[in-house]
This record gives sequence, C-alpha cells and structure tokens, in this order.
Amino acid sequence: MSSAPDLNLDHVAHLARLTLTAEERAQFAQQLGDVLHHIEQLSKVDVTGIEPTAHAFPIVNVWAEDIPRPGLPVEAALRNAPAQRDHMVAVPKVVD
Amino acid sequence: MSELVFQTITELSGRLATGEISSAELTRTFIARTKSLDQRVHAFNSFDAGDALAQAVASDERRAAGQSRGPLDGIPVGLKDVIAVTGQPLTASSRMLANFVSPYDATVTARLKQAGAVLWGRLNCDEFAMGSSTENSAFGPAANPWDLARVPGGSSGGSAAAVAAGEAVATLGSDTGGSIRQPAALCGVVGLKPTYGLVSRYGLVAFASSLDQIGPMTRTVEDAAIMLGAIAGHDENDSTSYRSQIPDYRAELKRRPGPWRIGLPREYFGEGLDPEIGAAVEQAVAFYRAQGCEVKPVSLPHTPYCLDTYYIIATAEASSNLARFDGVRYGHRSKDAKDAVDLYFKSRSEGFGPEVKRRIILGTYVLSSGYYDAFYLRAQKVRTLIRRDFLKAYEEVDALLTPTSPVPAFKLGEKSDPLALYLCDIYTIGVNLAGLPAISVPCGFTRAGLPIGLQLIGQPFQEADLLALAHVYERAHDWCRRRPAFAAVASSG
Repeated sequence: MSSAPDLNLDHVAHLARLTLTAEERAQFAQQLGDVLHHIEQLSKVDVTGIEPTAHAFPIVNVWAEDIPRPGLPVEAALRNAPAQRDHMVAVPKVVD
Repeated sequence: MSELVFQTITELSGRLATGEISSAELTRTFIARTKSLDQRVHAFNSFDAGDALAQAVASDERRAAGQSRGPLDGIPVGLKDVIAVTGQPLTASSRMLANFVSPYDATVTARLKQAGAVLWGRLNCDEFAMGSSTENSAFGPAANPWDLARVPGGSSGGSAAAVAAGEAVATLGSDTGGSIRQPAALCGVVGLKPTYGLVSRYGLVAFASSLDQIGPMTRTVEDAAIMLGAIAGHDENDSTSYRSQIPDYRAELKRRPGPWRIGLPREYFGEGLDPEIGAAVEQAVAFYRAQGCEVKPVSLPHTPYCLDTYYIIATAEASSNLARFDGVRYGHRSKDAKDAVDLYFKSRSEGFGPEVKRRIILGTYVLSSGYYDAFYLRAQKVRTLIRRDFLKAYEEVDALLTPTSPVPAFKLGEKSDPLALYLCDIYTIGVNLAGLPAISVPCGFTRAGLPIGLQLIGQPFQEADLLALAHVYERAHDWCRRRPAFAAVASSG
C-alpha cells in the first residue's frame, strides 16, 4: 500500500527524538501507511455528543496522607546511571 | 521427580505441607529442567539459581518453624521481565534496559514475597510488551512448547511457554491488548487479565497506562484464583488502584454454582476465525447449555473499531511513557553523542527495536498538533462507545464467551507485516479498552495438536464469578492435563 499522505515521517521521528536509517524510513513509511489507512475507518463513527474515556474506571482526587517516608538511597537511585560524579548523573555539556 | 514440574500449585502445596517434598528439592528440579530445556524454548531472559534456592531454603525453614504463609509458600513462580524485583535484571526484552537492575520491588513482587513464593527467573516477552508473538524480543524469540517451530504468542510468550514446558509452576504476565490471554491460548495454559485497577501497576514497566494490567498464568483456574488472591488489592503507590474488598477467590470457586446467563457476541464469530477454533468454542457453548446456562447471542456493534481505537490510544500512551528513555538517568546511553540533544537521538535510536520505534512514531503522530482531535480524541470517544456496548450486553447476560485468538500458534517468521500481527488481537483488545476482567482457558486442540483457548469475559471487579464460571468448564475437561510431546521427551531424558 502507499504511504499515508499526511504522515511526514521525518518530522514525526524528530518530535519523538528518533533518527531513522534509510532502510527503516522506507519500511516504516509503508507499514505505518497501511496502519493509518486501516485507522481511517474510525472517521465513519458518529461521536457527536460522546464524552471521551481516558480510563475505564475514572478515579479522581486520589489523596494520600502527607507522611514522610524514606526514599531510595542515593547509591540505589544512581545504580543504573550510565555516568555519575559526586552523587549526580553526569551528562554531556549542555551549554558552552 | 520430573512429574513434579507439571503439578499445580494446589497439588504441590499439599506435598510441601505433608513434608513429602521440600521447596529446595522442588526449586532444584525446576533449575535443572530449565538449564536443560530452555536453550530450545527460550522462555527465560535470565535466572538466578542461587537466589531462587536461597528463597526456597528460607521457605523450608519457615515451614519447619510452623510459620508457613499459605499455598504459595515455597512454590517457584516466574515473572515477566517487565516486573521489578529488587537486585534482579529488568530488561523489558530491550537493548535499552539490557543492563538495568531493579532498585525496588513492584507491588506484585512484594506481595508474592509476602505469600512466600520463590521468585524464579525473568521471562522473555516482546520488547516493552509490544507484540503478539515474542518475536520482538531483543534477546531472540521464545518458542511454543507444543511445536518449537511456532510462536508462543505474546507479548507474555515466555510466561506462557514456561508454564507449558514445565519450567515454572505459575507465572505473571501483563496484558495491554491480550498479552496474557493470547499466549495462554496458544500455549494451552490458563491466563487471567484482571479488571483495570484490581492489581497494582507499581513497578511494572509502563506500556499504555490506561490499559496495562498484571495477571497470573497457570495450569488451572484454581491456581489462577490462588495467584490473584495474592496480588490483588489496593495500593497507594498506584493512583489508578481501586479500593475494593478482595474475596477468597479460591474458596469462592465452589460457592458460586451458577447457572449463568452467557452472551455470545456475534461480532466475535465472523470472518477470519479458524474453523477448528470455532468448532472447539461451539463445543464449550454446548457444555454450558448442558449445565443449564442460558446462552444467547448479543451484539457489541462497535467491535469493528476496537483495533483502530486500540492502536491510537496504546501507541499515544506508549510514546509518552517511553519518552523517559533518553540515555540520561538510566538505560542505554550512546557512546558517541556530540552533545546533550544528540545523546537523546542516538541513545533512543540505538536502544529501541523496530516495533517499539514504529509505535512511538505512530503515537507521536496521533498526538501531534493538528492530528490530536482527528485521531486521539476521536479514539477516546469511540472507546466510550465500545465500553457502553459491553455494559449494555451485561444488562442481559452475566458473562460473554468468545474465542481467545482467531488463529492457533503460527510459525516463527510467518507474520512479518505489523498489521497482520495486530489482527491477532481482535478478540482481546475490546476487553482492555473497556477495563474488564477476562480469562483464557484451554478448550481443545487442533488436528495438528496445537492448543485452543476459550475466552470468558466478566463484569468489572467480579473476578470471583468469572473464575467460578471457568472452573465449571475446566473440572469437566482434561485439556489442562495434556503435555507437549517435546516436554514429555525432555522429562524422560
């Protein structure tokens, strides 16, 4: 099938912070085009006056008592950090 | 001793109680079996034999001191590799988390520990639980124990295959669009997706937060009741967790005799359903009729829109949830990023596999400026209509009966087109959109010897009724006693 007319793959990949290879680009354009064509049939449904559902069982205003509890120790929280220094996550320079 | 590996929680807990076996012996049996079999099944991403054995020894010591904690104490239970266990790997079958070690326990993990279960292994799945075949695992696909050339289903394929191959007594999976029920059907085991909000999602790697639920995969309905009783209940660490009284699901199995009014949604028996599966499900319908149940056709008219609604909402939520993987605080970090922004792009592009990228892109697209109303908001409105269909049907019937999957286990590599794979979920995704509980139980085999699953869909938070309904069927049939030929051969070897 053809790619979806409105899907600007480069733009959307950029929004998602993904870089696609040429091969991925070609493949995704075709596959996502098929999926979007399938999805187009949703436009046939009459949704006039219908409220959207975000959760099947809406639970609102969930409160918890404000009781201090121990959190993760710094060592445990940083255990999976790719790089760290002085109990902080180290990252490449952001501002010159 | 190899027969031990095909026994149920109920049977094994009895043997542990009499002292006929110890948890250490039982756990050693599973370790040995998994070491010898799992190269071919690949149900496990990893396991920590020393840690499992230490838990088993602790269980035996509790029992010796008269402090056993109930039916799960000492029973090896496997967890899908999207559920956190302190100090153990948590990969979500992704390169992104290949080296991640959980700093805390998921709530279900803590509750299983509290019940005395021996937490056993990290089970293979589709990457970030996105898929229907476990072929999207970055660490290689799992195989179906009934035919090693076929898929076990997905995304909780490892959790289903481990039970079917006798590598765990019971397991936990997660279900966003059918990821517990479909692999249960394809592997001939029981799989329960609880009502949204019954089981805490705290410590579950998030895929689509308004759809995800953790649930048990077991040999029998009674075992599923035992497992659900251990993991269900309110948790303040999950703001969508529902406050409700948790009954003794196992005791309730025998207290709810029926008969039930059962609805057959006509949209679930149409084109695309494998005739052998249709025939097996018809036999189950005949069984319930013979039990005095009133069985009648019902309609869920928005069923044709479930797939599209699901793939908009699930990918939108996934694109948002997976934004956290940026190479900064944890997970894969690219080694050759020029600057901070480049770090995001390179880390994400290297860390995620193709299906995850496809879904992130689709989700980003349906949420992006100019498309939000046309796709995401419209899908949420159609979701309302889908949910109303179910609630309307429940004015006339107590439960719904359908096939779990339109097709039996397919060959590895057979479905390479994403859309063809998405269509495997057509009978399971409506349940997630409506937040309902549903169970898949074995209901026969194809002529080629592949398992067939029957799906029963219940009313919100009425798992006790749903389990009892499934239990009536299971007690009168012996499908759950059948074993894959491969596993039997492996046992004698």
